[in-house]
Amino acid sequence: MIVEQMMKTNVFTLQPSHSIKDAITLMQENKIRHLPITNEIGSVVGIVTDRDIKEAIPSYLMEDQNQDIYETKIKEIMTKNPIIGHPLDFVEEIATTFYDQQIGCLPIVSGGKLVGIVTETDLLYKYIELTGAHQPGSQIEVRVPNRPGTLFEVSKVFHDHKSNVLSVLVYPDLVNNENKILVFRVKTMNPLGIIEDIRKEGFDVLWPNIPGMTN
Amino acid sequence: MAKHTGNDKLKKHAVYVYSEEQLGYKFSETHPFNQKRLILTTDLLRKMNALSDQDIVIPRIATDDELLLAHDPRYVDIVKKASKGLMTSSQTESFGIGTEDTPIFPNMHEASARLVGGTLTAVDYVMENKALHALNLGGGLHHGFHGRASGFCIYNDSSVAIKYIQQKYKARVLYIDTDAHHGDGVQWSFYEDPDVCTISIHETGRYLFPGTGNVTERGSGLGYGTSFNLPIDAFTEDESFLDLYMTAFREIATHFKPDVIITQNGADAHYLDPLTHLYGTMKLYQEIPKLAHQLAHEFCDGKWIAVGGGGYDIWRVVPRAWSLLWMEMNDMELPQGKLPKEWLDQWQKDSPVQLIPTWMDPENLYEPIPRKEEITEKNKQVLDKALYHIRPHYEKE
Repeated sequence: MIVEQMMKTNVFTLQPSHSIKDAITLMQENKIRHLPITNEIGSVVGIVTDRDIKEAIPSYLMEDQNQDIYETKIKEIMTKNPIIGHPLDFVEEIATTFYDQQIGCLPIVSGGKLVGIVTETDLLYKYIELTGAHQPGSQIEVRVPNRPGTLFEVSKVFHDHKSNVLSVLVYPDLVNNENKILVFRVKTMNPLGIIEDIRKEGFDVLWPNIPGMTN
Repeated sequence: MAKHTGNDKLKKHAVYVYSEEQLGYKFSETHPFNQKRLILTTDLLRKMNALSDQDIVIPRIATDDELLLAHDPRYVDIVKKASKGLMTSSQTESFGIGTEDTPIFPNMHEASARLVGGTLTAVDYVMENKALHALNLGGGLHHGFHGRASGFCIYNDSSVAIKYIQQKYKARVLYIDTDAHHGDGVQWSFYEDPDVCTISIHETGRYLFPGTGNVTERGSGLGYGTSFNLPIDAFTEDESFLDLYMTAFREIATHFKPDVIITQNGADAHYLDPLTHLYGTMKLYQEIPKLAHQLAHEFCDGKWIAVGGGGYDIWRVVPRAWSLLWMEMNDMELPQGKLPKEWLDQWQKDSPVQLIPTWMDPENLYEPIPRKEEITEKNKQVLDKALYHIRPHYEKE
């Protein structure tokens, strides 16, 4: 999947000459934590996060509340030239960027102009969709030897049962790296027949693990 | 507890909505959803002298208009066509029928509409004060969605019945679902409705269908805070299950103040159930209806409608569990000791498994579960999270 397919295109922005107060209002009203700062032609010149603001304003525990601070211009506190993404970036790539750079949002820029935004919340939701967890289904985990053709052998069982697979994930086996763990979400309430047949094929179905019991 | 609250001398204590036509809801000989359990339960109750002809009420068939209270007209249309053999699986699969879970069978529309009608019959008896309580074991098809079938359920009798209660009787409904699977269909039907409260206690979706029912699903919009979910761990066992059920049900009923209670009584949380892993015993099915009965009297002048639900060990588990439900509904002392010999003799020859001859399960039904304390602790956390927004909290000084 590419960023264009998941980014939010309705982006709230401010300009460097706006005040901290403007930023607080906009964030509160729209329940957002990141504001790209653009210039008059729509190019991203900075970014302001809720943390930047918290660092700038006085603590509410202090007696002397200097209200002038709220009139400070955004350009004083924004991060200049933030990391940006492109609509054609792969979602996996930007996920790595979020992780490596420890950032919470990525303004998406094309032709020099802001065209969208992706936040860590958006990425997390994509992950949920990827696991199929938002649709009714049963989960089946299978431990298989790490060799070519195994996925085919297991998924043939789903084909034989005419079961619709909602998602497939492949994990490394933390115990033994000769193996992989396949995780399927299947659109069925009765996975018993499938499980039996996967076992007949000689694979190890982890369904479910009794905690504390080895199998 | 008063047996009768009204002046009406003709008012029945409880009615048992049932006819053998409910067995027409049948996917195949080998499908796990098997309504033969209705025959087994009814026969067990009759042999206990706990059910007589006067208690039984014939279910009606829900009309199209009634089905449309909770279902999409296009979906009902597809079911009707499939019912007459006018559709192939490839045309209906996107509506969740013609799948391995919910195959097409002749007259599936009528059979499904009859299960809904049974629950509506139960509703009318209770809401028109013709009976204090009513039971439709043929109902409880909680996975049925607005526009598609799911998890063995075609039409959702509880969703239709709740809409029907709202429209005809203007009552606030508390729906509580103790099936081992999440009551997703009913939950989503009323997710934004502040006048219907849904509670579901179920095995977590870690492995089990449908996978939803997280504690964070609390309703949305105006209905925020009126959906409650208690996803409990596999291998939970009786004690922790009942602790969560009792605490949550009482606190939520006190908070929500319903006019009528609907309980969904899936009997698939038992150790012997082939589809789930909660490791419950018959103790669950002894205790669950007791509290429902009590709260119905405390909050709703006794108005309690109970429906069936899941239950896939139809020989050893469901008949005993559902018999206990009906007996509790009728203020009968819950039986101990052996099942009637005639019932065991009659059905043992048909059963592929050895029947359990006593009302309670034998001791040491299964090996002790490791990490019981941790599971209990985790479930307790779930309970606290689920009830967080209705419990009193103290402002920081």
